[in-house]
Formats: sequence, structure tokens, C-alpha cells
Amino acid sequence: MSTLVRRPEAAPAAVNGTGEEQAVTLTPRVDVLETENEFLVLADLPGVKPDQVDIRFEKGEMSVHGRRPGGRDRAATHYHRVFAVAETVAADRITADLKAGVLTVKLPKVEAVKPKRIAVTG
Amino acid sequence: MTVNRHPFGALWQEFNQVQDEFTQWLNRASGAAAAAPLSVWEDEHAVYAEADLPGVDPAKLEVTVTEGNQLTVQGERTPPEVAGAAWVRQERPFGRFTRAVGLPALVDADKVEAKYADGVLRLTLPKHEAAKPRKIAVRGE
Repeated sequence: MSTLVRRPEAAPAAVNGTGEEQAVTLTPRVDVLETENEFLVLADLPGVKPDQVDIRFEKGEMSVHGRRPGGRDRAATHYHRVFAVAETVAADRITADLKAGVLTVKLPKVEAVKPKRIAVTG
Repeated sequence: MTVNRHPFGALWQEFNQVQDEFTQWLNRASGAAAAAPLSVWEDEHAVYAEADLPGVDPAKLEVTVTEGNQLTVQGERTPPEVAGAAWVRQERPFGRFTRAVGLPALVDADKVEAKYADGVLRLTLPKHEAAKPRKIAVRGE
């Protein structure tokens, strides 16, 4: 069982300092995939623009936070989720991009845990 | 790493996983797998609709209006395809979806505007002349 994803503990009910009242906080749905070289996290963040996403990595945890402005009949939405990231991830090489409301975070594995092909000489 | 800090750690994870799988199965079975939340509102001039459809190819979205007030949005969400990847978690819905709603007014199907940005489909459906409020001038004698 991978330790990359964990159910978020109670998400912050209100985010301070935004001046947005009645903002709703949601847990985005995610897909997590693992390849030989990296983990991939895909998160649905509809209505969020790239400059409204904040990804932090600290003490083995990655937090993803996206803000979606309110619209007519809809309060502003905060998407928030925290992931426990295994030590096998090279934290300094994590990259992310946001396209069509889908955030893709790439978490490369440290060299030591990548499978190695050993050449056999005859 | 913050795992297995207490003796039930592993068990708890198992439990969560079972629960996740159940939710997943339930979503599929109910056909709600890829169903998009759809909001509809109106003003004097038009009816507006907004649907969250992250990661959809706009070219494959089909928006139709029939009988003047039946709106149908159809499309498909495809699962990510990464060569040699194993699933660790799968929560995002995929598959074909259809959402149909009755609009609160008759609209002009030829003038419907559809825009897809940031994973959100936004529709502006101008009201049919017959459905617009009319100001009746009152003439005195």
C-alpha cells in the first residue's frame, strides 16, 4: 500500500485573510499513478487558473491549494488536499502544471529507488 | 513519512481503501461516474448554464438544445494513459456522460454560445423573443 496519498484531515473551515466570506472548501478528487521513475498526481480543479494554485512541500507532506473565484449563485471555492509523500520522492524536483482544470504533479523518485538494469556480461 | 505511527495504522489504511473502492464502485454503478454538476440561472435576456468538466477535450463536447428548452450536454472523460504506470488511487471519474435539463425559458437554439475554459463549460442561451419580458405601452385616450 502506497503512502503517497492519505485522506485529508479536517480541511480548514475558513481560509483567513482572503476577504472572501462564505468560501467553500472542497477536497478535490485525485488519481495517483506510479511508474518506475515517478509518481503522478492528477487533481480535478475546475475553474482554477494556474496562478491560483499553491503547492507546498514540507516535512514529508505536500499540500495542494487552489482558489476558484465565486460566480453568480456560487461562493468562492477552495480546493485543498494534503498528501503524505514517501521519502523515496525527490522533493526538489517536483513539478506541476494545470491544464483544462486538471492539475498534474510529477514527483520523481530518488535515484536510489529506481529500478536498475544490470548488464550481464558473458 | 507519517505512516504507522500507531498500531492500527495499517489496518486503518486498509479500511480506508475498502471504503474508497466501495465509493468508486457505487459511482460507476449509479451511472454518475462522469456526471457533471450543472448550474442553470437566468436573467431577462438569457439563460446561463455552467458545468464543471475538468480534463475534457472541448472538441468532443456536444451541446444540443431541442424543443426550445431541453438542454443536453454530452461528452467523454478519458482516464489518464501513462505507459507502464500502476494505479495507486483512482477517484476521478471517466467514461461517457450525458446531462439533460429542462431550461426555465424558451431559448434561441441558433444563438447559443458555448465556451470551455479552465475545465468549465459556460453556456449563454439567449431567450427566444416570445420568452422575453415585453413592455406594453399604455396609451391614454
